[in-house]
Amino acid sequence: MADRTGAADPLCRTYAVSDSTYGLSRAELQDVYRALCVTRAAEERLELLQKQGHVSGGVYRCLGQEAGAVGAAFALRRRTDGTGDMLCHTIRGAGALFLFGGELIDYFRQYMAKGTSPTRGREANVHWFDFDKGFVGPVSPLGTMIEIMAGMTLSFRLRGEDRIGMVFYGDGASSTGAWHEGLNFAAVQRCPMILMVENNQWAFSTPTHKNTRVSSFTEKGPGYGIGAESVDGTDVLAVFDAVRRAATRVRAGEGTRMVELRYFRRKGHAQHDPQDYVDPDLIRAWEKKDPLDLYRARMLENGWASEEELVAIERETFDECREAAEAAITEPYPDGPDAVTDVYTDQTTPHPWTRADRPDPTLA
Amino acid sequence: MSREIPEHLLKTKRGEPVTMLEAISEALFEEMIRDESVFLMGEDIGIYGGAFKVTRDFLEHFGENRVIDTPIAEGGFTGAAAGAAHMGLRPVVEIQFMDFISPAYDVITNYIATSNYRGAGPQPLVIRGPVGGGNRGGPFHSQNVEMAFFHTPGLKIVYPSTARDAKGLLKASIRDDNPVIFEEHKGLYRAPALREVLPDDDYIVPLGEARTVQEGSDLTIVTYGAMVHKSVEAAQILESEDGVSVEIIDLRTLLPLDENSIIESVKKTNKLLVVHEDTRTGGIAGEIAIRVSEKAFEWLDGPILRVTAIDSPVPYSGSLEDYFLPQTDDVVKAARYLAAY
Repeated sequence: MADRTGAADPLCRTYAVSDSTYGLSRAELQDVYRALCVTRAAEERLELLQKQGHVSGGVYRCLGQEAGAVGAAFALRRRTDGTGDMLCHTIRGAGALFLFGGELIDYFRQYMAKGTSPTRGREANVHWFDFDKGFVGPVSPLGTMIEIMAGMTLSFRLRGEDRIGMVFYGDGASSTGAWHEGLNFAAVQRCPMILMVENNQWAFSTPTHKNTRVSSFTEKGPGYGIGAESVDGTDVLAVFDAVRRAATRVRAGEGTRMVELRYFRRKGHAQHDPQDYVDPDLIRAWEKKDPLDLYRARMLENGWASEEELVAIERETFDECREAAEAAITEPYPDGPDAVTDVYTDQTTPHPWTRADRPDPTLA
Repeated sequence: MSREIPEHLLKTKRGEPVTMLEAISEALFEEMIRDESVFLMGEDIGIYGGAFKVTRDFLEHFGENRVIDTPIAEGGFTGAAAGAAHMGLRPVVEIQFMDFISPAYDVITNYIATSNYRGAGPQPLVIRGPVGGGNRGGPFHSQNVEMAFFHTPGLKIVYPSTARDAKGLLKASIRDDNPVIFEEHKGLYRAPALREVLPDDDYIVPLGEARTVQEGSDLTIVTYGAMVHKSVEAAQILESEDGVSVEIIDLRTLLPLDENSIIESVKKTNKLLVVHEDTRTGGIAGEIAIRVSEKAFEWLDGPILRVTAIDSPVPYSGSLEDYFLPQTDDVVKAARYLAAY
């Protein structure tokens, strides 16, 4: 990208819209803002929890990227009975997870490794699942999730179900073999799937130009025979519109598509990353494109919400996060022996004989 | 699509003997008839019927939604199988030669094997394909892959040695809610000696249960796959030339390992020889030896020994490969040493 500040990104097309609300009701427009606010409030709460020593592993923020996940997930069919669309979020996409019904308290339980968490402390952060609600948590090698979502959406096509799938991943995963194999499979099988590439300009400390020679990940689409489009990832309604258009085509049987979210990761890879490899001027430039600030101003300007309504949403989401975190703090950690359950569906894993009251190697 | 069952898949129904390959085809076919959620993916399995013709005429019968020719990308289609398994399907993927399973190693070990543990639900899928040497296939069409996966909790590994077991174990694997790696020795696929008449019913062979091939009193050979047959040959020589009585255990399932059958046999014969076609270091003999040491040390009257392939890539030329692979004579020599110990 010649201009990494995103000030005038020629790769993001602007579509003329007759209706500035994109057909969304006033309540829906406010729901979008709520999802943005929940994302930010939850992550800010996580930072506090980490400082207090409540978080086991890393804290990964999506500051500046909130609109990508929220706008995209808002364009899908969200249901709770296993008949809606399916979504695989990432660590930078908690907003999508929340929109699909992921509970705040589960989010905090996961980060705190509580025994009450959806994975009972076996897995971290956003790596959890609810197939009825329609979200599948990623594994850390993110390219794999392209393959997984290809298979999920293949099943939709094979069974003639009116469902589509969406998978998020970063500019880093775009270099993996799994990404290529999964995408190629999906394209050939015309899987009803949308790939959402979160081009935040960094894969940990590696800038995009060291991951790929293309200037936009949409350039990879034609190599697989699929349509691709870039969108300004800081503009939540532009993302919503682009994904809704893609979803309409995918739902109509046109096969796999790709949408590139173009924005900037304003924090380090995780909280332990001091981000000293990033030009501070770049971060300052992107602060001016904060997706929450932009959308808030737009709502006021268009009369989609009053100042009082916006403040109420901000206060409510802040309180929800605080209450959920406080509740999660009081909950127990898993018992050690639970570490060896559920490896298989139908057999138990032996505990080490040295842990028995009377150690005996023939128990091994 | 044709609803007629192809002639070559009706041999058991007609009471005719089948090869191991035909038994595997019958298992797949019958499971697809029994359960509509079972479907196949793999390279050249549709139009061509598979490199070894295991799925010959399947495409015509079941259509391209259930017999899917894939791009050459084992990771991609194995990962897609995992996604489909999440959605309630029961995929069976064919790896054209198991040597090529390596691109899928990531998704199998990091994703599929951990799924149930992570709370993402069971992964009812089977990854099957031909393994093994002796066919002059060279380094990339001859490997045994079990030990690349043996160390991964969450997987099951099956390796049949007979037509009857192959059919019953494959059916059990397809019905299992856990991911199964199913190895088929290509040297046994069409071996005339393995032809047998199978029961004409919907039998299964449960996973995790070894089979006593023959009973004996002087020493135990624990083995699996093609080496079962070389071990039987060796036992006949030992019986007739040395008067040594050999008990042979065919593991059939490597993971979970039927430890009890091994321990019980060792307690009876007091001597153990492990025979596997896989290479030596990190082979399953090591795991079996430590388990016997833990649980039956007092019963041993000699060292636990092993006969295996040599620690080397699989060579192409016949003279090299024959030297590389464990032979009947190696089993005889090791057993004689142990019997005399």
